[in-house]
Amino acid sequence: MLVYTARRIAVAIPTLVAASVLVFLMVDVIGDPLADLRSMQPAPDPATIAAAEERLYLDRSIPERYWLWLTGLGGNGDIGILQGQFGPSVRGGNYVIGAELWAGLHVSVRLVSAAVLLALGLAIISGVISAMRQYSKLDYTLTFVGFLALAMPTFWLGALIREGGLWINRTTDSTFFYTIGANSARVDDMTGWQYFLDSSGHLILPTLTLMLTSYASWSRYQRTSMLEVLNSDYVRLARSKGVRYRTVVRRHALRTALIPLVSVTTVAVAGIIDGVVIIETVFQWRGLGYFFIEALTHKDSFAIMAWLMLSGFFVIICTLIADLLYGVLDPRIRYE
Amino acid sequence: MSDIKSDASNGAGSAGESVDKGQQLTQFQLVWRRFRRHRAAMFSLVVLVALTLFAFALPLVWPYDHGVYREIAGNQSPSWQHPFGTTNQGQDVFAQTMRGAQQSLKVALTVSVMATGFGALWGAIAGYHRGRIDAVMMRVTEIFLIIPLLVAVAALGGNLTGGTTWYAVALIIGLFSWASIARLVRGSVLSLREQEFIEAARASGASASWIILRHLLPNAAGPIIVAATLLIAIAVQVEAALSFLGFGIQPPDISLGKMVEGARTAAFTRPWLFYPPGLIIVAICLAINFIGDGLRDALDPRQTISRR
Repeated sequence: MLVYTARRIAVAIPTLVAASVLVFLMVDVIGDPLADLRSMQPAPDPATIAAAEERLYLDRSIPERYWLWLTGLGGNGDIGILQGQFGPSVRGGNYVIGAELWAGLHVSVRLVSAAVLLALGLAIISGVISAMRQYSKLDYTLTFVGFLALAMPTFWLGALIREGGLWINRTTDSTFFYTIGANSARVDDMTGWQYFLDSSGHLILPTLTLMLTSYASWSRYQRTSMLEVLNSDYVRLARSKGVRYRTVVRRHALRTALIPLVSVTTVAVAGIIDGVVIIETVFQWRGLGYFFIEALTHKDSFAIMAWLMLSGFFVIICTLIADLLYGVLDPRIRYE
Repeated sequence: MSDIKSDASNGAGSAGESVDKGQQLTQFQLVWRRFRRHRAAMFSLVVLVALTLFAFALPLVWPYDHGVYREIAGNQSPSWQHPFGTTNQGQDVFAQTMRGAQQSLKVALTVSVMATGFGALWGAIAGYHRGRIDAVMMRVTEIFLIIPLLVAVAALGGNLTGGTTWYAVALIIGLFSWASIARLVRGSVLSLREQEFIEAARASGASASWIILRHLLPNAAGPIIVAATLLIAIAVQVEAALSFLGFGIQPPDISLGKMVEGARTAAFTRPWLFYPPGLIIVAICLAINFIGDGLRDALDPRQTISRR
């Protein structure tokens, strides 16, 4: 197991490096962070542009810039991913990309962890129920809800849920749901408990949105794989030996039926990251999604690249964890 | 898709009689017969055809397009003249919705065709050759898979200076969505290539490209067609989300995502601005998903014909 883990990590590193090349080509080579500055009217002093170019390392050649971005050797000490420095921001020296990313991560993790846990639990339960009562009214209802949630664009669903929350607030004439930000504007004079309540209140609607979008596809997978397992020979054998149906489902079938769900982790994590960007925009959170959108509007190349590398890193780590989970769920798999 | 649709016109009358002849049915007729049994899929096909007409044919006869008209009064409620009301600037929302649906379908179809074509070829080559070539080619797909689709597309779209048109958006989405198709096709090619008919082709001296194009890809067509269909739904969603975030199709042109963005606080105050673009996206994606479901059942030869 340990050897397998080490080997998987060794494989993941070149993938990350290759991804960094792709990210660099896509963002740094194509984009121009100083486009706004250059097109300013009246035209700014050439010396200003030259200074900005030097600060952003735009005066160097492309391969040189890539090497610098990766290792930070020969830079001003503010660049080099391997040293934990993400590079200078076009928004000036006060905007430190690493620190801002870290702050955003704290906000987004709240949203993601709550939503993923809920969606996973709901998807497994409803997938299993759907499969156990195939072609029943309940199954058709759950299937339709799943299809509908899958077809709804996240931003539209989010806006709808947000407006629904506001409408409830208006009709009950109270602040039932919070619809802006991850916290209230003033949190300094709150006690720990109040702060917790405040954050939880802000979490409800965005979490609901993210949960619904993830739930949709996961419950479909769970239903399909559960159906397959329930129709398999070993389940029939267990039943014919007289094991109770519930016990068969819980002890024999479910564990096997979870394996396909694990195999969609890569796609699922990527989907969650996409969802976070949209939902944070809709609910005006200042998390990672906000960071990304802001970086894009400012054409802040180093910030965009840092963000893309971080999300790629997450996807790789989660895929790795999923691969290790395979072994836990499926004893036939041996890592040597 | 178009093959199946054209089959719909001549197949509808004759399929009933040709049931008796049984074996003389062509592949398409067989698939079409199975597809027709899937009620949700058939209904979805009708919906999709209606939406396509709405997006491409109706604008030809509608008096307004998505642009700003001086004679349109701004901010009107729905009326016979403007079924979805008008915007503050004096645009006909009905015309905007048609234009948006048109953009969505254009982008989605382009993405699907491009990404499926390239991805299928990539996956088939990797799966057929196996070994080192396969390892390198699949590592490349992995790189495209680890960066989330919407994020990658937004980074590229937001980074391009100047206006983004629908084909640029389609190109960018296609660039990041071929990898999953490649992976799928490689999977089925890996098992197909071990079968006797491929061995026979190789023994009779067929070249690699001949085997891939004439034997492997046609035999993997079922899952490829289903994946291509579902990719349409994904592309519609990504394009809309991209425009919603402001990095997709740029004004003065319009897209469904842009319309929702403009009306996102109007769900309860002016619902005619908020619901049409969103519901069109939902309708397209629902229809496509059901059609994909129906195609999966219809194209799977192991399926018994009596289901549903």
